[in-house]
Amino acid sequence: MSGAGEANRRVRVMLPYHLRNLAHVGSEIELEVAAPVTVRSIVDAVEARYPMLLGTIRDQGTKQRRPFLRFFACEEDLSHESLDKELPDAVAEGKEPLLIVGAIAGG
Amino acid sequence: MSGVRVLVGTKKGAFILSSDGKRDKWDVSGPHFGGWEIYHLKGSPVNPDRIYASQTSGWFGQVMQRSSDGGKTWETVGNKYEYDGVPGTHQWYDGTPHPWEFKRVWHLEPSLTERETVYAGIEDAALFKSTDGGASWTELSGLRKHDSGPHWQPGAGGMCLHTIVLDPKNKDRIYIAISAAGAFRSDDAGATWKPINKGLVSDTMPNPTAEVGHCVHRIAIHPSKPDTLYMQKHWHVMRSDNAGDQRQKVIGNLPTDFGFCIDVHAHEPETVYVVPIKSDSLHYPIDGALKVYRSRTGGNEWEPLTNGLPQKDCYVNVLRDAMAVDRLDDCGVYFGTTGGQVYCSPDGGDSWKPIVHDLPSVLSVEVQTLP
Repeated sequence: MSGAGEANRRVRVMLPYHLRNLAHVGSEIELEVAAPVTVRSIVDAVEARYPMLLGTIRDQGTKQRRPFLRFFACEEDLSHESLDKELPDAVAEGKEPLLIVGAIAGG
Repeated sequence: MSGVRVLVGTKKGAFILSSDGKRDKWDVSGPHFGGWEIYHLKGSPVNPDRIYASQTSGWFGQVMQRSSDGGKTWETVGNKYEYDGVPGTHQWYDGTPHPWEFKRVWHLEPSLTERETVYAGIEDAALFKSTDGGASWTELSGLRKHDSGPHWQPGAGGMCLHTIVLDPKNKDRIYIAISAAGAFRSDDAGATWKPINKGLVSDTMPNPTAEVGHCVHRIAIHPSKPDTLYMQKHWHVMRSDNAGDQRQKVIGNLPTDFGFCIDVHAHEPETVYVVPIKSDSLHYPIDGALKVYRSRTGGNEWEPLTNGLPQKDCYVNVLRDAMAVDRLDDCGVYFGTTGGQVYCSPDGGDSWKPIVHDLPSVLSVEVQTLP
């Protein structure tokens, strides 16, 4: 038996410093995300919950990831994977966070 | 009139400097939006408690902030700037076609009469308008779709629409300037535009007197004489007395006519201020001496103003949006430097004091004169 309630997953997301401040949250947020859990579904949920982050993670028109941001999880760089690829079970089950990371640049 | 609020955008946040009419003691608030580049803040002339701030980052893109309580608290508003239709291409630095791409908001200009209306000048050059306090933005695309648009080319800082001047006597007239396309005027509230670059000469262009392609750095008017436009071009300080239809040089005895900022005294339409910078290769004052030059004759005759400004070992720049005047009876003049100083002259330029001297590099300075 399956239903919408069972399909929703509670996931964890870590945001970079400036986006935490913009959203007035701590370093990690928790969100309800409909299965299957993907980078796209998580970012959709982040933007829906924190609309001030619209455009800061990905372009609002093209939906492309901003070039100086990366998506990491479970010690893997997922930035160049399909946005619709299912994330590891550890992320979908909330055991591991999806990390949205700003590139370290500037010397 | 009881006080002033100086709005300072820097490379690492915004600062608000407040004082009474004496402009001697200052309260400093900030950094707001610490760590972000704040290209410009500006308050509404209709509602001084309404302030807009353009917050940008190479990592996180464009955010637009709005305050409704004079900068005490802020809320994010719309940051979606979609070009009207298929934007096509302009010219890249090497002359090849390059797609129009939104990068950031350089300048915000709240309406002189409409409480919730504000204009935004963006890179790549276009003009946007919001009539809902910044919640949503619509391009006034007649500008970008001007026949010359595909030939516009970026200046060193990008292809930015950095200046918006609203005519206080004619609600349908708007002036804008783009680096490096030049100045344009609309007489129908932004629907259509004409280049107003006659009289400009740019020796670095294949055709030095071309209709477009000039690197205009800043335009300023006095509200009582809006047909008189003062311009700091890349090189040359210019004046027009017919709303930009024709211009002439008013360099006179300036030691160099390169610079970025220009502004006009609040009560004297022929009193103009510039900060001469040694050259486009050096971007600092001549001989390490920071001097504002004032003309009381609308140009040509200039006097250096140095009282209180560093006259040795000073190698800062003053950027295009980093000078402003207040409207108190004794007109105050303000400018910010790339070294993080914000100077105030409460006597029209005769003497100067730093309000702050260790901010991040200053990108913009605006002043609100409070009742």
